[in-house]
Amino acid sequence: MIAFIASAVFCFVLWLLLTFNGRMWGTDEIIAGIVMAAIAGFAARKIFVKDFKLANPKRWIFFLAYLPRFFFEMAKANFDVAYRVLTGRIRPGIVKISPGLKTDLAITVLANSITLTPGTLSVDVDEERNLYVHWINVKDEVLEKMPRECRPICSTFPDWARRIGE
Amino acid sequence: MMWEILYIFLGVGIFFNLLGSLGLLRFPDVYTRLHAGTKCTTFGSISICLAVIGYGLWKWYEGDKQMITMAIHSFIALVAILLTNPTGAHAIARAAHRSGVKPAKAVVDDLEEEKND
Repeated sequence: MIAFIASAVFCFVLWLLLTFNGRMWGTDEIIAGIVMAAIAGFAARKIFVKDFKLANPKRWIFFLAYLPRFFFEMAKANFDVAYRVLTGRIRPGIVKISPGLKTDLAITVLANSITLTPGTLSVDVDEERNLYVHWINVKDEVLEKMPRECRPICSTFPDWARRIGE
Repeated sequence: MMWEILYIFLGVGIFFNLLGSLGLLRFPDVYTRLHAGTKCTTFGSISICLAVIGYGLWKWYEGDKQMITMAIHSFIALVAILLTNPTGAHAIARAAHRSGVKPAKAVVDDLEEEKND
């Protein structure tokens, strides 16, 4: 029931945003929005709401604090990839990292962050939540030890993912 | 002044989208091409979206009330790009590896070793 209400409210807010045209909404628009939001919320309630972790405001504050750093890393990533596109200097490989995260939400945040930041692309994940990362410029010092170090690959992202997702 | 800022954003966006397309042509295999496809096009599209949002808000501030629609819609498109682009790339990379595509010129492949054990 709570899942249904949360998804319906989310859909209704999205409807209001999409139909806003500088003036107030008409009554007909709002009624149509409520009907549509109820239908969509009922259909999507099991996809949108798996558990109630995201209801904790602490996670949202950490997420907002994470965004500026994430965008900075992303801008850096783009110059790095631009350099490799123009020069063709690549040394690719797939490495396994064990960030030690416990929840699916945390590993999702981490995998998406890894894909959008310097020279790394998450390929697969196994049952123990180890990530397999395609790295475009493999460094030699990481290859020496078998439990690979996280730091050269994804800097401090596992810590942020832990704060947001656990 | 406002126009120049918007032109800079548009220029950056077009430049990075161009680099993304170039990367698709230059890189040797599917994984490295995904690097170009996700990073460059995400950044380029975000930059173009920011230019459109800026233009919409500016015109809205000057009195054309309809323009806020454009800004809101571009913002939702931006969020959708940020969420779906890495997920799609992840799905393609995983499917490629499962169907047996080896990373070209790879110096290490932990996932392949894991499967053989």
